[in-house]
Amino acid sequence: MGNEFLENRFHVNRRHFLGKLSMGLGSVALGSLLIPDLFKNDENDAAAFSGLSHFAPKAKRIIYLFQNGAPSQLESFDYKPLLNQMAGQDLPESIRNGQRLTGMTSNQAKFPLVGSHFSFKQYGQSGTWVSELFPNMAKIVDEMCVIKSMHTDAINHDPALTFMQTGAQQGNRPSMGAWLSYGLGSENKNLPAFCVLLSRGRGNGQGVYSKLWTNGFLDSIHQGVQFSSSEERILYLQDPKGRDREASRKMLDHLSELNNLNYEEFGDPEIQTRIKQYEMAYRMQTAVPELSDLTKEPDRIIKMYGADCLVPGTYASNCLMARKLSEAGVRFVQLYHQGWDQHGNLVGEMPLQAQDVDRATAGLVMDLKQRGLLDETLVIWGGEFGRTNYCQGDLSKDNYGRDHHPRCYSIWMAGGGVKPGLVYGESDEFGYNIVKDPVHVNDFHATVLHLMGLNHEKLTFKHLGRRYRLTDVAGKVVHGVLA
Amino acid sequence: MNISLLGLKYIFLLITVELIFSRCEHSSSLSGDSDSIDFNLHIRPILSDRCFKCHGPDAKQRKANLRLDSPEGAYAALKENPSQHAIVPGDPDASIVYLRISSPDTSEVMPPVRSNLKLNSDEIDVIKKWIGQGAKYKPHWAFIPPKKSPLPKVENTKWPKNEIDYFTLAVMDNNNLQPNPEADKERLLKRLSLDIIGLPPSVLTQNDFLKNDAENAYEKIVDHLLTQPQYGEKMAVYWMDIARYADTHGYQDDGLRTMWPWRDWVIHAFNENYPYDEFVTWQLAGDLLQNPTKEQLLATGFNRNHKITQEGGVIDEEYRIEYVTDRTNTFGKAFLALTFECAKCHDHKYDPIAQKDYYSTFAFFNQVPEKGLVGDISLGSLADPPKIKINSDEVANIFSFINKKDTAAVEVMVMQDKPTKRPTHVLKRGVYDAPGDLVSIGLPSAILPFDSLKYGSNRLGLAKWLVDKKNPLTSRVFVNRMWQEFFGRGLVKTSGDFGMQGEMPSHPQLLDWLAIDFMENGWNIKRLVKQIVMSSTYRQSSKVTKEKIAADPENIFLSRAPRLRMTAEAIRDLALSSSGLLVKEIGGPSVKPYQPKGIWEASTSGRGLSRYIQDHGDKLYRRGLYSFIKRTVPPPVMLVFDASNRDQCEVNRMRTSTPLQALVLMNDPLILESARVMAERLMDEKISNQEKIDHAFRSIICRQPKKEELDILMCYLQHELKLFGQSKEKADQCINAGEYPHRKTSDAATLAALMQVIHTIYNMEEAITKT
Repeated sequence: MGNEFLENRFHVNRRHFLGKLSMGLGSVALGSLLIPDLFKNDENDAAAFSGLSHFAPKAKRIIYLFQNGAPSQLESFDYKPLLNQMAGQDLPESIRNGQRLTGMTSNQAKFPLVGSHFSFKQYGQSGTWVSELFPNMAKIVDEMCVIKSMHTDAINHDPALTFMQTGAQQGNRPSMGAWLSYGLGSENKNLPAFCVLLSRGRGNGQGVYSKLWTNGFLDSIHQGVQFSSSEERILYLQDPKGRDREASRKMLDHLSELNNLNYEEFGDPEIQTRIKQYEMAYRMQTAVPELSDLTKEPDRIIKMYGADCLVPGTYASNCLMARKLSEAGVRFVQLYHQGWDQHGNLVGEMPLQAQDVDRATAGLVMDLKQRGLLDETLVIWGGEFGRTNYCQGDLSKDNYGRDHHPRCYSIWMAGGGVKPGLVYGESDEFGYNIVKDPVHVNDFHATVLHLMGLNHEKLTFKHLGRRYRLTDVAGKVVHGVLA
Repeated sequence: MNISLLGLKYIFLLITVELIFSRCEHSSSLSGDSDSIDFNLHIRPILSDRCFKCHGPDAKQRKANLRLDSPEGAYAALKENPSQHAIVPGDPDASIVYLRISSPDTSEVMPPVRSNLKLNSDEIDVIKKWIGQGAKYKPHWAFIPPKKSPLPKVENTKWPKNEIDYFTLAVMDNNNLQPNPEADKERLLKRLSLDIIGLPPSVLTQNDFLKNDAENAYEKIVDHLLTQPQYGEKMAVYWMDIARYADTHGYQDDGLRTMWPWRDWVIHAFNENYPYDEFVTWQLAGDLLQNPTKEQLLATGFNRNHKITQEGGVIDEEYRIEYVTDRTNTFGKAFLALTFECAKCHDHKYDPIAQKDYYSTFAFFNQVPEKGLVGDISLGSLADPPKIKINSDEVANIFSFINKKDTAAVEVMVMQDKPTKRPTHVLKRGVYDAPGDLVSIGLPSAILPFDSLKYGSNRLGLAKWLVDKKNPLTSRVFVNRMWQEFFGRGLVKTSGDFGMQGEMPSHPQLLDWLAIDFMENGWNIKRLVKQIVMSSTYRQSSKVTKEKIAADPENIFLSRAPRLRMTAEAIRDLALSSSGLLVKEIGGPSVKPYQPKGIWEASTSGRGLSRYIQDHGDKLYRRGLYSFIKRTVPPPVMLVFDASNRDQCEVNRMRTSTPLQALVLMNDPLILESARVMAERLMDEKISNQEKIDHAFRSIICRQPKKEELDILMCYLQHELKLFGQSKEKADQCINAGEYPHRKTSDAATLAALMQVIHTIYNMEEAITKT
């Protein structure tokens, strides 16, 4: 079995592990889903757990607010007045420095610079620059750590998204959430450790793919479970029509009896595992609808997220849902908000996108804070790359577009052990290259794992002869952002 | 020996030491003395896993200019200190390797602390012993051509039914394990039927088989099943995973493609029992055969099943390189069980595949006249060039196996080589725009030297090299995967990695015997299948005692049959087949059965296939392999049951047990509908309730229920009768499941109650288990 991480944990008590193994692989899988509980319940396991050489976590849970399509850093957090001054002039070759372009602008004869159509101001004690598109986020800058020096290897959406989520540009590697589920398990017996919520804005969209929340080569118990906006939040969660909870219970009781009979005959521990899985499914059927019922939230909370949060499937609704899931102990809640791909009509589309997310995002952070959860919850906001400082297509007086730009972009984090009120890293005056403290995607992953108490070089899984990591073969913890 | 600190793989090796050791052909020079250390068995797994990363084949990563993967490297004087040697055969205390791995000094110790790798004291002892015994190196087992050894001697000569059994019994003997008795007839029939045609046996077939006491009754069923066209469907599922078959292009826009005629060909090829060498040659190089037939061209679709981007703005060459990479990696994994992809960016760290070798293999697949991006999604290309067109006349005449209903011709992507060779360079760090040295075609010589004069210098040459009987891997890899199909675990557990980091074979002699026998008998796949299922090993019962589980939790020694959860496709097929809903049509465009609403819609880019338009009628009841696979959003139920997402070549699916699976089986409309339809049919029969339940049980579980089981189900039926008797509304809601035409009933309560009981049977662990 390639489950090296578990093996490591159990090294101090190998015989005990073999004892578990003899219950069958399925029970190990179940165990890994419930590791914290498992360890709490068993002294030997607790001993094994503390034998792990990783360190005390700063954050216990993550809420990742992924802005899918790549929001422009130049209209959000990276203020570049020079671009307004030089509007229409060509991007100097000395700045571009031969950097490759996407197929969409590589045929452009000119690369006219364009500054933000939206005004910027400094906010908070930290004096963080934020554009007028994000008035609510602007109010929480002192909770945020803005990284202006992110950079990535990929220049197109699919590979860049995949890279940001799985540490590799090609699919089939486990997603961040899967890694954390694998490494830390779930805190709640009735909910999956890794939940995914999707929403779509009104801007140019790029789609998402289930490979972004895949378990890759890890056990599929670590797969992100997609929550839908429909009444049935999880695939086939609802009892069929004509069968209520009580009737389902009755069915399960008879089913367990039948399965137990078979266990007596065959002795296969997988049968016991299956019985347990039915019980957990039954508990999920109660737990998830209860949790998804947002109508019981008090008005003051609804106000924080905005009225949209009562409309299922909106970003705001997903933010509120994310808080509830996270509060209930879900290790990793992943949101995707689509529509940030402003190749053209940026001036028209970006405000709509910002409107979707601004209030709810700020609301989520403040809600966590007032509940005392922000300290142990890491909130991440950002996209898969940045956007060019020059205009794609026609530059008119009041509108423009921006192409993909992997060489620098901005994201922010809050809570969970990051330094609040910090702006980290810097791009040049053109907003094109990084001039200070670059943070590569691998570094970002290493840092996130670090905050969760995991050493990115030790959280490994051996698959087809190679030890895989979320950070592949690179990545350095960015100590400058740690609280 | 204290095993408490060893890795599992290593534990397994220790347990099996004596057994493989005394029998393993590679260690024939050693005595049966269990104190002797064998390089392949004991040492390489440790060195490879903990040392080769810096002291292995990858020259660029090599530290201190020291390599430990060859005796020349290990025995040589150290570059830094010529008076010292890494390994001095026979003298551990003079061997720097031993001194460093056993050093208490953290700045001295190897592997370095920073590497996060460690050797435990047992491993250090083993290495010490090995050096003391002369530090003999041996070539990696998988690169030595297989040898057919004589059948091992066994005491119980009555048990073996064919050659396979001699090998497995000898291993059991050595581990003090007795084989299980043969499974009862019903369970054996279910197992056989699922394994060969992927469908459960009907009650009628069960009755026939139970009645037939003839000695050859079992063999007759085997022969019969092998002639069924459903055999090809069952085998195709496994091949579609390898070939990363899907109905869309993948990447973000993920538009429709039409590769299903290729899939129909695969079914056909298995049913016609094409020899494996031919089956593979056609797929790799059918276009380069002399005067290729159109069928041979179609077969080459194998190498066009990879993902293709339609994302506007991508850099053309970046993606063209990506496609060639995919073919190269797939070739390595599917046919050679080697992790070629590791050598794309640097020399392989464990196996003898240099980066240059990688690009030499890459060169074979680099000749296709193709582009990275043909057109964006708005142009909606169903097949990017090169492609062939298949019209209705051809279907009528030469492609009778293609289930084309539409009158319009269908286009399928195929392979082709440019008239002028495209030069191939090593790509530095694997990056498309960083070409290094020019390379010519070739294949890793550690496997088998590639002689272009003998084989030819194109993909056909590559195919000939692959199916050359001297190739040590091809046959082994295939028979191992077939073994995996039946036993759930290959004789080499890592069926995708026969390299140094892979697991050692559990039954090396059996693997070799099968590999050679397969080649000697014309690469005959059906024959191999029959050989496996006729063995006593296969026919054992799957019952397991506490003692056996303790002695062999993973059933490595095969002293029982495995109990395995069925595949995603097989579970669907079981529901359809047992209820009589199954539409047995073969091939054709993929279908869109029930799927929860909004799944495609929530994640689409807005281009391409953005809405899931569910099919109706017959198309709802096709076998699982025909379910439409949109790569970015594969059918969710399939993923819940560990199906491949068809992103890349996959040779071994996981087999997990999760609560989401329970939710599917409890609430998926397909399962509910199957229960409803079966209940309706049984309502028409003039038989007692108990007989109805008995029949349902036999249709789904494929055996007669035990008395206790019937009692539980009858008790449940009574309960449900009462419940639905009190609420007609509930009964009506309940029996409303699915689109299949409803039969008029005057007794909704009984129908609903019976349906609930059947639905419960569908949820039994045994229902979805190959037992």
